[in-house]
Amino acid sequence: MLEGILIGLQTALSLQNLLVVIGGCLIGTFIGMLPGLGPMSIIAIMIPVAISMGDPSAALILLAGVYYGAIFGGSTSSILLNAPGVAGTVASSFDGYPMAQQGKAGKALTIAAIASFAGGTIGAILLMIFAPMLSSVALLFHSAEYFALMVVGLSAIAAFAGPGQVTKAVMMTVLGLIMATVGEGALFNMPRFTAGIMDLQSGFGFITLAMAMFALPEAVFLVLKPKNLGDDGGEIKDLRITRAEARAIAPVIGRQSLQGFFIGVLPGAGATIASFLGYAVERNIAPKAEQEEFGKGSIKGLAAPETANNAACTGSFVPLLTLGIPGSGTTAILLGALIALNVTPGPRLMIDEPQIFWAVIMSMFIGNLVLLILNLPLIPYIAKLLAIPRNYLIPFILFFTLMGAYIGQNNATELLILVGFGVCGIALKFANFPLPPLLIGFILGGMMEDNFSRSMQLYGGVSFILERPMTLGLLVIAAGLIVLPILTARRSKL
Amino acid sequence: MALDRWIALVLLGICIVYGYTAWFTMDGSLAPFMRRNPIWPSTFPKVLSIIGVVASLVILLGLEKGEEKIGDIDHRRLGDYFIGQALFLLGLMVVYALCLRPMGFVFSTSAFLIGGSFILGERKWHVMVPVALIATGAVWYLVQEVLGIFLRPLPFFMGV
Repeated sequence: MLEGILIGLQTALSLQNLLVVIGGCLIGTFIGMLPGLGPMSIIAIMIPVAISMGDPSAALILLAGVYYGAIFGGSTSSILLNAPGVAGTVASSFDGYPMAQQGKAGKALTIAAIASFAGGTIGAILLMIFAPMLSSVALLFHSAEYFALMVVGLSAIAAFAGPGQVTKAVMMTVLGLIMATVGEGALFNMPRFTAGIMDLQSGFGFITLAMAMFALPEAVFLVLKPKNLGDDGGEIKDLRITRAEARAIAPVIGRQSLQGFFIGVLPGAGATIASFLGYAVERNIAPKAEQEEFGKGSIKGLAAPETANNAACTGSFVPLLTLGIPGSGTTAILLGALIALNVTPGPRLMIDEPQIFWAVIMSMFIGNLVLLILNLPLIPYIAKLLAIPRNYLIPFILFFTLMGAYIGQNNATELLILVGFGVCGIALKFANFPLPPLLIGFILGGMMEDNFSRSMQLYGGVSFILERPMTLGLLVIAAGLIVLPILTARRSKL
Repeated sequence: MALDRWIALVLLGICIVYGYTAWFTMDGSLAPFMRRNPIWPSTFPKVLSIIGVVASLVILLGLEKGEEKIGDIDHRRLGDYFIGQALFLLGLMVVYALCLRPMGFVFSTSAFLIGGSFILGERKWHVMVPVALIATGAVWYLVQEVLGIFLRPLPFFMGV
């Protein structure tokens, strides 16, 4: 491990990669602050830039920096405007916004920055410990287990969709898998479901789909229902916190770093669940008098979700880096970017390309430090971005969405496909169909079919399900993950 | 009928067409030696079509119980939102997609940014035009010169 850490440090501390992580954190913070633009949209927009860099380590470091920056930026708009940029920072507004209203915006932002830093850093330490362990276990997996593991991952994502939403999430996953079968797959070397259209021979573009499902609907929703952006010019004073306040939030940060990380590891759980759960746990275990303060500007109520969402972001890298399975929409986009850069994440990544694996982990430490020391003094200036009028901001968001798809494929037809899919994405969002499962299904589709086909060929049919106990066990878990929430919802309704 | 059920109906149609293609048309052109394989190009799509049909039917028939959840925007009250602006912006994106190649990047992008701001209610031309031109020039330089991706800057009749 020590050798890996040194390799990672050497790569991450090169001048180019340092500039990349600093740039990524700043871009992520700036854009993440804009209400309505989540990390998925920002990362999708940044992918053409990352791919054009050519170096997979630098590209992944850039995207990871953008990811952290976006989460941190989302907290800023949650606290200052009660307009969370991302779902993972909604819980931060419960106590952050009341603090800002009481004239403690600077203090709230400092607590958010420190809690984010601690959550991200402790998460990165846990990632360093657990990722190699999981990788060595995953090396024992065969294609049948990989297929079953992907089914479990997709089922878990559906199971976490919430009451009444499980079937919709399953439907979206299947739609993503269906879309992944369009075009000429590597396995069969024949076009499928192209309807004779030449442009569909190579399948749908991943960046186009990511833009259409996330960036475009979010921008259109901003047009439909404008969020009230800052009108006070973002005046922020007094960023200091007292020693007593630091002592009060320290145990919260410790607990939520651990809890958030392990929630982040679970496919489908992610930063949003981690932050809400972190908030709920801290409120429940707080003394009676302090419980009353939650929701009215409690520093513990702010530190808990901020720590948990950053630790969960780091945790979500565990299944991505060790199994090649994304646990969230954001890591699904990162997986797509890695595949575009000819890097296949999985248990062999640590052995075959340790410089990428460890550089990403080391860049997490650097990224968190950058966010703390660079963004904290810059917060008053960054907040000015919120003053950009909507009339200028939205056309630019739409333009960057279009450019992302165009640069990715260098094909104007792709822009029409983007708008078409975007309209579908908007309709699905109106009807509350969760969109991340669609993208995760699309990205995992090819790999899932590959592993399924390989298992079928090795065992001459579906007998691999019964002959490999781990495969059977994983598929039973997957079935349970889908069926149980549906049955529970039905029973509670009766 | 609720919007999610209408969408489920559309998805059911998609799954049926997809399933029909997988079950009845794909295997016809399969080479004889491939027919002996336990896995065919249509195997995985066949499984997906069945799951897709079942899932869309569950949504369509409302078999999964749950509270009706209204998202950020209630689609039943679309008139209360800026629906006209959203539709015009989507239209503008289509026009931009059609004009990008023939009219060149500089003209199309400037027009898109100015048009977008105009649709959203901006009327300060002295701000809109310079902002759009500067942003267009900066993005063109970044994409063409820094990233090395060709973007025809001028309309087709001007040569480049």
